[in-house]
Amino acid sequence: MKRFAQLFQQVDATTSTNAKVQALAHYFQTEQPRNLVWALYLLLGKTRRRLVTAHTLRKVFLQVSAMPEWLFSDCYAQVGDSAETIALLLQDIPLRQGQPAVDDLNLPLHEWMERVIPQVKDLETETELVACITSWWAALDNFEVFVLNKLLTGAFRIGVSEKLVIKGLAVATGIPEAVLAHRLMGDFAPTLGFYQQLLSPEATERSPSQPYPFFLASPLEVDRFQTEDLSQWQAEWKWDGIRAQLIHRSGECFIWSRGEDLITHQFPELQPFLQSLPSGVVLDGEILCWQGDRPMHFNHLQKRLGRKRVSQKMITENPVCLIAYDLLEWQGKDWRNYPLCDRRQQLLELLESFPSPVARLSQALEFSSLADLEQLRAEARQQGAEGLVLKARNSPYLVGRKRGYWWKYKLEPMSLDAVLLYAQAGSGKRANLFTDYTFALWQGQDLVPFAKAYSGLDNQEINELDKWIRKHTLEKFGPVRSVEPSQVFEIGFEGITESNRHKSGISVRFPRILRWRKDKSATEADTLVAAIALLKLMDRSTSAPG
Amino acid sequence: MPLITVRPEGLYCEIGDFFIDPWRAVDTALITHAHADHARAGSHLYVATQISEGILKKRLGSQIQFQGVEYGEPLKFGNIWVSFHPAGHVLGSAQIRVEYKDEVWVVSGDYKRCVDPSCAPFEVIPCHTFITEATFGLPIYTWQPGATTVKQIYDWWQSDRDRPSLLFCYAFGKAQRILAELTQFTDQTVYLHGAIHSLTESYRTAGVSMIPTLSTSDQPRSYKFKGDLILAPPSAHRSSWMKRFSQPQTAFASGWMAVRGARRRRGYERGFVLSDHADWPGLVQTVRQTKAQQVYVTHGQSEALARYLTEQYGLEAMPLKTLFEGEGDIE
Repeated sequence: MKRFAQLFQQVDATTSTNAKVQALAHYFQTEQPRNLVWALYLLLGKTRRRLVTAHTLRKVFLQVSAMPEWLFSDCYAQVGDSAETIALLLQDIPLRQGQPAVDDLNLPLHEWMERVIPQVKDLETETELVACITSWWAALDNFEVFVLNKLLTGAFRIGVSEKLVIKGLAVATGIPEAVLAHRLMGDFAPTLGFYQQLLSPEATERSPSQPYPFFLASPLEVDRFQTEDLSQWQAEWKWDGIRAQLIHRSGECFIWSRGEDLITHQFPELQPFLQSLPSGVVLDGEILCWQGDRPMHFNHLQKRLGRKRVSQKMITENPVCLIAYDLLEWQGKDWRNYPLCDRRQQLLELLESFPSPVARLSQALEFSSLADLEQLRAEARQQGAEGLVLKARNSPYLVGRKRGYWWKYKLEPMSLDAVLLYAQAGSGKRANLFTDYTFALWQGQDLVPFAKAYSGLDNQEINELDKWIRKHTLEKFGPVRSVEPSQVFEIGFEGITESNRHKSGISVRFPRILRWRKDKSATEADTLVAAIALLKLMDRSTSAPG
Repeated sequence: MPLITVRPEGLYCEIGDFFIDPWRAVDTALITHAHADHARAGSHLYVATQISEGILKKRLGSQIQFQGVEYGEPLKFGNIWVSFHPAGHVLGSAQIRVEYKDEVWVVSGDYKRCVDPSCAPFEVIPCHTFITEATFGLPIYTWQPGATTVKQIYDWWQSDRDRPSLLFCYAFGKAQRILAELTQFTDQTVYLHGAIHSLTESYRTAGVSMIPTLSTSDQPRSYKFKGDLILAPPSAHRSSWMKRFSQPQTAFASGWMAVRGARRRRGYERGFVLSDHADWPGLVQTVRQTKAQQVYVTHGQSEALARYLTEQYGLEAMPLKTLFEGEGDIE
């Protein structure tokens, strides 16, 4: 635990990518395998289980500290994270007094994870829970308490991406990043057996469910693309659904989301199709709600996501379809290094041999010039797409986001100028800074809230706006402040639909701040009528749910 | 009758007809210390500790009318006795004690209780009413000794001698405290941004012992600062001044660095927890040591500290709205 907390501290203490990779590599080189697999498991965010809620942790702390609850809340508002707030507060509270000798808690990470922490599940009374957690806190230093709290609450995120963890492991082991990335995909158990498989020099037997790492398109660099030979490129629509990997191996079917969640059971209508394919096949594609020859609005798909059980009614009202982009495995063989044109040809043949109403090949669009591409992009909204994806015909299927092979060329977002009406402090990195904003449009003499946005300003603007908000607060409602309606922002969004859940009667997709319009006064902001005009424009292209 | 009230110009003592750290121009301004939110330009007469004269004049102009006092020296304004006492915040910083008949009030200005080799230590002044700051008035803020943090800074600097190490910190107070603490670990020369260089000269004139320093702007263009420690004010971060240093490692020294989120959103590679303000235990302990029954809490977490003092110790404590800023969260 000490070593893992130290690693966490080192990685957290720096924003330098190099320093993070070095710290990770050093840790991986020197740590015992049994701890190492647990560290990987935690760093890659594979834990989904929450043993104790933040609320319970807070209750335990309040009991042992005798601190007034309001003071804890004030502290939490400043820190934005319960686990950290408690760790900071414990610096000044002598828990060690009267606690049993706890030297034996100086245990390696795997002991903590396999033996010690799971104990909380068997505790029956609150008194036992308080005693148990308090004895751990008493045995650990400040930073270890923070790490432990994070482990307990299951919200284990650290300032390091999956990519950096894999890079650190590659430096430590000499195994290429792409191989490690693949071996670490999907679910794994943090065991010695897995460790041996992971670091084995030869290709290893993998479990049938294991997905490949996704390859992602990067935003188009227009200057760079201009010099390309266009005949070597393929254009497809960029769909606004969920990216997925569909696997059929040894009679079993699996569907993975890009976030590496297994979503097989959310889409039962795709299973007969997947089952009908020959074993040893892996497809990459987009799952969309689809009707006739066009996608339905994303709101339909939204209803299908994250459900444990999908009713027949749900399926009938929100029918899904797979738009197949790529073929990653064929006849049990990894095809990712073949050029795109070959993979696509095989994919085409496959879909022709096993036709299904729920599977379509992503269409290759006709173009011969950049002007054609611009024209296509302009038509994307009418197609119900959100732009184009451009792929080099000879591109292999790589790992992650590597520029130069696949580009995404998205539509310009729709935008409206709106007035800042409410602000709320963020959490985590943005705790104690007003960064969650509500924007409004004019309806006659009234301002009606129409969108919340959290992103789009740079740090300097965030700080400036935070100061402005503090000085121009009209009223406080709990954590929310209403402010003088005078600041205008250009809000960009991808789509707009009717909504009876919002006072404005509309909801927008992916709203974000494009610009702070200091040149505009509140009276110059847009009206709800303008938003409804955009809505009508959208309606012509996609069918929104009623 | 209260000895001190808040007027639009600032904290005012009617019996003595003077202001303490006024935020507008007044006739007589008693200044606790020379930080910008406490010492503002335009007043007719400035009364402050003798030792702060140099810095106050650098900040407000050498033409100001200045009256210097020694710590503890009694002054009389009308019928009221006034004296200045060390606050341990920065060089020359003072708490201001006012006494009328049998009543004593103390205005703390900014203060800290940790050891700081660059200024006189805080002195507890018993009083009936204490006006305290509360910049770090939450129990999440608990400081380690300055020497411990400066050792961390020293180790960070030594850990990468192939690059310049740029440490950002407040130009007045924090920088000199670090330079004074560093004498325990090294006698290597440290390089200073112009703003810090000039204030450091004032500290040397006042007899504060610090490690050798040079101004970055006095170095030849070809000088690369490889392996050097450079101190600069936060305003220089990501400025054109920074371009002179090739691939520096950067860090920020401030009390705000205690919280992970605050550290991460600033974009410095490292954060060191070092403050010239009292931490939570320091604030609570100080208020109790003064034996004051009435406490006004000015800037920072004034509501939390006032409520805590009221609930836990039965003091008559309340927030007092001022324009002081403490250790600016954003600079």
